[in-house]
Amino acid sequence: MTPIEAKQPRDAKKASKFSRAFLLKLELRSHPELLCVVRGALEPLMETIGFSAEHNRAIIRAVDEAVSNIMRHSYQGRPDQPIELYCNRLQHSANGEKEEGIEILLFDCGPAVDTTKIQPRPLDEIRPGGLGLHIIRGSMDTVEYKRAGRLNRLRLVKFTRLSKGDCGPAEEKSS
Amino acid sequence: MKISARKVDQATILDVSGNIDMSNSPEVRRALLRELREKGVTRVALNLTSVNYIDSSGVASLVEGLKASRETGSRFVLFGLNDSAREVLKISRLLKLFEVYDDEAQAMAS
Repeated sequence: MTPIEAKQPRDAKKASKFSRAFLLKLELRSHPELLCVVRGALEPLMETIGFSAEHNRAIIRAVDEAVSNIMRHSYQGRPDQPIELYCNRLQHSANGEKEEGIEILLFDCGPAVDTTKIQPRPLDEIRPGGLGLHIIRGSMDTVEYKRAGRLNRLRLVKFTRLSKGDCGPAEEKSS
Repeated sequence: MKISARKVDQATILDVSGNIDMSNSPEVRRALLRELREKGVTRVALNLTSVNYIDSSGVASLVEGLKASRETGSRFVLFGLNDSAREVLKISRLLKLFEVYDDEAQAMAS
């Protein structure tokens, strides 16, 4: 059992209206060179689930940005800290239609995140940096941060079918 | 990720291959600023034809290149973007800020 697993909060496994099936767990260190490994693991998994190429790219983009944020901000660039990633398949039937999705949980042992300080910057400013949160929010249907015991937990969810419309790049959506 | 520079007339084309993420985006930034600020090249084109993935740190490097080009009065253009690169620029509302062309011929003719 890894240090993170030992401290994993119970609510990470809490049932919702969606049935949840565990698919994949990745344990990695906070080294930026491992980002490509995460992307490489997720791409075939999303294809197997049946996500379109566009949705597949969106999920990989969001997870890559989230893991990058953990490396950069939570661990302040230290390359040897633990990160755990869980992928769960979500399924739900309503009104005769089956909805399917992916839930990705990211855990790290960094200090608690002050959510008032991680608001995305205005996009009308032309300057480098500060885009990661925009990209995550624009790519996923649900983005939730929670301090769970001594862990940071980020929950990302994407559905293959959405009632609210297209889930492509959210260029015109206000954040 | 690999990056190399070649001269075409008065322009420099930077050919990038691989993925651009936080592990290597500083190399892209350094290459762009070297051409635009240190060498004073009047036109720099970034060839992204062989780039499969670019993250927000890569986008930040492109923005730095754009700002440097505006400050030095030079041109900075992109070409060969795949869907992934277009999408990340679109989400960041930066796609319209850059001069983007489909291929090298179009970028050089612009």
